[in-house]
Amino acid sequence: MSAPTGVTRVTLLKDLRLEWRSKDAINSMLFFSLLVVVVFSFSFDPTAEESRQIAGGLIWVAFLFAAVVALNQTWARETRNQVLDAYRVSPASANSLFVAKVLGNFIFVTVLEALMTPLFIVFYRLRALGPVWQLLLIAVLGTWALVVNGTFFTAISLRTRSREIMLPLLLFPISIPAILAMVQSTTAILNGESAHFYIVLLATYDLVFTTVCLLLFETVLNAE
Amino acid sequence: MKRAFPILGVLTAILLSYALYEALVAAPTEQTMGDVQRIFYYHVPSAWTAFTLFLINFVASILYLVRRNPAADIVALVSAEVGVVFCAVVLVTGPIWARPVWGIWWAPGDIRLTSTLVLWLIYVSYLVLRRFSSSGQTPTLAAALAVLGALCVPFVYFSIWFFRTQHPQPVMGGGGSIDPRMLHVLLINWLAFMCFAFLVCWSRYRLESLQREVDQAHALESLMDPHGSMR
Repeated sequence: MSAPTGVTRVTLLKDLRLEWRSKDAINSMLFFSLLVVVVFSFSFDPTAEESRQIAGGLIWVAFLFAAVVALNQTWARETRNQVLDAYRVSPASANSLFVAKVLGNFIFVTVLEALMTPLFIVFYRLRALGPVWQLLLIAVLGTWALVVNGTFFTAISLRTRSREIMLPLLLFPISIPAILAMVQSTTAILNGESAHFYIVLLATYDLVFTTVCLLLFETVLNAE
Repeated sequence: MKRAFPILGVLTAILLSYALYEALVAAPTEQTMGDVQRIFYYHVPSAWTAFTLFLINFVASILYLVRRNPAADIVALVSAEVGVVFCAVVLVTGPIWARPVWGIWWAPGDIRLTSTLVLWLIYVSYLVLRRFSSSGQTPTLAAALAVLGALCVPFVYFSIWFFRTQHPQPVMGGGGSIDPRMLHVLLINWLAFMCFAFLVCWSRYRLESLQREVDQAHALESLMDPHGSMR
């Protein structure tokens, strides 16, 4: 059992090191979501009460679009010099590669969220009326939902023409339930209502889609 | 098999015209809504047909992933194409009915409307993927997407669980009640629509398998004769 985790660890560390040195994904994500925050706060200029109603949707839409930027780079590095083909002929299991990529993207998007959330709070004068720790839980579950599906669909869109446009076309329809659950639960907590149902829904969504992605990833990776 | 096709075509044409007569003339006029209600005989059977076709797509995709059977892939493609068309009919006839009855074209956040729209979006993205991926990998990638898309459907339904709905209660398995004469017309229309969908799927299936045979023949030919010279 040590081999798969070893592959996962090495791939993850390699991706993190590459990102640490180039800072490609994180910079473009940060600047993009900053623009979303600024443009929307200019165009709506909401009061504190209004921002409680719209902030949940706004935050998650910004993070969703920013995540697409990071996701599109996931496999791009591996296609240069046929790294992915080398990986396919190697005896390493496909799922350990998949898990490494998912964890890497999860870390990128989490860092983005950690940096951007304070800005959102400042710009929209947010103050949650419900329990804040549940917001953290929603952030973790929601990010995982986006990243698992996103990594899987990037592997699919890699084989298509105009792949950068394909990813949102594939990812958004399937992610609608997760996005709805994230937005509804965030809005509920900001307004001091119960978000219990949506958190359970999000956790189930994560569980089902992680399992199915792990089951299907090898098939997709080896599709010829 | 080939001889059955025109026979089924004629039968479907007769059935469709009979269903049209039943829906527009024979069915009783609804008390409060009047003649607008007659769109119901197109809206509901289209929805049932679309859902049936999406179910067929799901089963065929799993079958393809397990058995790698090319016929299953064609069935999946064909059922998704025709299903999207029927689902589009549902999404168009709904607002036409809603405008005079509800006073609005579309009720945002309505559970039935939203779930049908998301379903349509999922299968459109399936068709887009099929169009944009290179031919050899398409079946596998599309089958993987179809499985994920079908799994998404219950989540779509639950994620809008608390949305209010003003959509009429379902005729089958719900709290809705319906005049038996209306139910009779509805079922005839459903039968006609299912026959029509089957007919379209069948001819599309034949076309697609022919297309693949032609493509294979072309590929083989270029292998045999790499310089393109005349024999």
